[in-house]
Amino acid sequence: MDVGLFVVQFLNGLQLGILLFLLASGLTLTFGIMDFVNLAHGSFYMVGAFICASLTLATGSFIWGVVLAIPLITAVGFVTEWLVIRHLYRRDHLDHVLATFGLILVFDTSVQLIWGPAGIALPLPAWLNGQVTFPGGIVFPTFRLLIIATGLIIAAGLYILVNHTRLGMLIRAGASNRTMVGALGVDIKTLFSAVFALGAALAGIAGMLISPITEASIGMGNEIIITAFVVIIIGGIGSMKGAFLAALLVGLIDTLGRAFLDDLFKFVMTTNAAETAAPAVSAMLIYIMMAAILAVRPQGLFPPKVR
Amino acid sequence: MSERPAIRTARSVEGSVAQQRGFAGRFSLARRLTLVGLVVLAAVPVLAYLAGNTFWLDIFTRLTILSIAAVSLNLILGFGGLVSFGHAAFLGLGAYAVGIPVHHSINGGFDAIASTNGLFHIALAVGVSAAYALVTGAISLRTRGVYFIMITMAFGQMVFYAAVSISAYGGDDGLTIYERSSLPFISLDNPLALFAWCYGSLLAALFVVHRIVNSRFGVVIRGAKGNEERIGALGFDAYRYRLLAYVISGVMCGYAGALLGNFTTFISPAMMDWTRSGELLFMVILGGAGAVAGPVVGASVFLLLEEVMSRFTIYWHLPFGILLIGCVLFVRGGISGLLGQPAGRRDD
Repeated sequence: MDVGLFVVQFLNGLQLGILLFLLASGLTLTFGIMDFVNLAHGSFYMVGAFICASLTLATGSFIWGVVLAIPLITAVGFVTEWLVIRHLYRRDHLDHVLATFGLILVFDTSVQLIWGPAGIALPLPAWLNGQVTFPGGIVFPTFRLLIIATGLIIAAGLYILVNHTRLGMLIRAGASNRTMVGALGVDIKTLFSAVFALGAALAGIAGMLISPITEASIGMGNEIIITAFVVIIIGGIGSMKGAFLAALLVGLIDTLGRAFLDDLFKFVMTTNAAETAAPAVSAMLIYIMMAAILAVRPQGLFPPKVR
Repeated sequence: MSERPAIRTARSVEGSVAQQRGFAGRFSLARRLTLVGLVVLAAVPVLAYLAGNTFWLDIFTRLTILSIAAVSLNLILGFGGLVSFGHAAFLGLGAYAVGIPVHHSINGGFDAIASTNGLFHIALAVGVSAAYALVTGAISLRTRGVYFIMITMAFGQMVFYAAVSISAYGGDDGLTIYERSSLPFISLDNPLALFAWCYGSLLAALFVVHRIVNSRFGVVIRGAKGNEERIGALGFDAYRYRLLAYVISGVMCGYAGALLGNFTTFISPAMMDWTRSGELLFMVILGGAGAVAGPVVGASVFLLLEEVMSRFTIYWHLPFGILLIGCVLFVRGGISGLLGQPAGRRDD
């Protein structure tokens, strides 16, 4: 196996993992605190990408696009929570699933109405569009490195927010016993709104970061959201640390599997058979991993302590 | 020794079911409506077809097939309380169980399964669905609530991606079925015969679910939905009962998939995307989970809404989504609930 290629694919996997973490952290926060299942979380990923695309084309700068889009996607999350989500907290999970499935339809069609059916490609500024050469002659796109760095900074920010601020204290308290938090006089409604909007913003940022690579397109959130679900199932629903580690694990396994599984298979079967089997198996790899982990730990790697 | 109290208490549970049945008997209006509905379901497309309009037969054939899928989902969702978000995978498995053997019988290769025999297709669809349900069910049912929803969803998506990545069977582009399943006595190439086969299957599915739900097995499943610990204390292993129910449901849905393959004569991974599973769930809830025939009502309303709305605007998903949210926020128990049919989900 070529070491250079391995390093590049490793970084690609890391980048996918970071994106998954940005999505999964919002999911796991809303679930941990509000006990709410949000299928429409991927819609914020998509809407974030489209808002950012419009603003980038309007201002001519991707950076400005992102900076201006973040408050907007936060507002979208806030309004969604206010209109629909907050009426569902007391319902059972089936109602959550159905209502947010309806939200997906609404978001997808609204985006189609506003931006049209075609995807929007985003131009990158020249200084981000290049490549970085590492010692050893390994070449990697600058922008993907920027995604990794941004994601790690956000992860660190979330760690500080959750563990060392008053809001974080309420979030942790809410995750272990939300009734008690309410009884202690905390304004639960505002806390829930804030957490939901924070999750929407994180998903939106993930969408903004990926759109220059893939372009902003309708339904982009519906594909990745399932992978984000796999992440939080593996990590343990409600656990931030679990979401982070599981996101990196899923990102790496998925990317490396697609890149190298056929080479591994060639050791044990004919080239022809390996080339047929490898794509199918690598597509299923993260689900097989999820099944294996759940068989040993039905609550995921880091189950929340109080449930 | 441990069997005796279990059985005795099961009988007393059945006693309460008999009471419930008496309760349902008072709503014979709903039962009569079900019969009328089933007659209409058969009469409209056949009469329209005989009058020279093939359009309605097409819609109603799809409707009966999706109804079977929704009825199968309702067995575990409405009566078992298990929210499976991956049932479209069974539809896909069933359809590929028709498509792949036909593909090989025409293009050669893989002689072991190359066949156009419809009975073989159905056996394959049932076998594959049962095996898949057994493995994924055994893992998924170890978990509860949201975990179960997400895991069934993830497994469904696993089948989706597997189908996408197998280029031998068309991958993302799908696979055209050049020859329908050949069955003894009838030809599925005749649209009327195809509809009759699907309609008969739907009646059989409704009958089977009705019998299961009212059997001792069904009582345990419903009891486990209401209170799993109590059922456990009565000496029943809820996990085993649920797993069997999950397999039965999957097999029925896989069978519907085989019909769907014969109906569309084209299969692609898109038919098992997780949003399809969501639509099936919606049909069940719309028709009122907990009534055996509810999903048929739900599927009818769903397909007719889709047909009508998509004629007015290409953006019909927007009002549809708003309707869905509205249903959840304001109507509980679905349309059957509005009709006054006792819904099983109110028993808590």
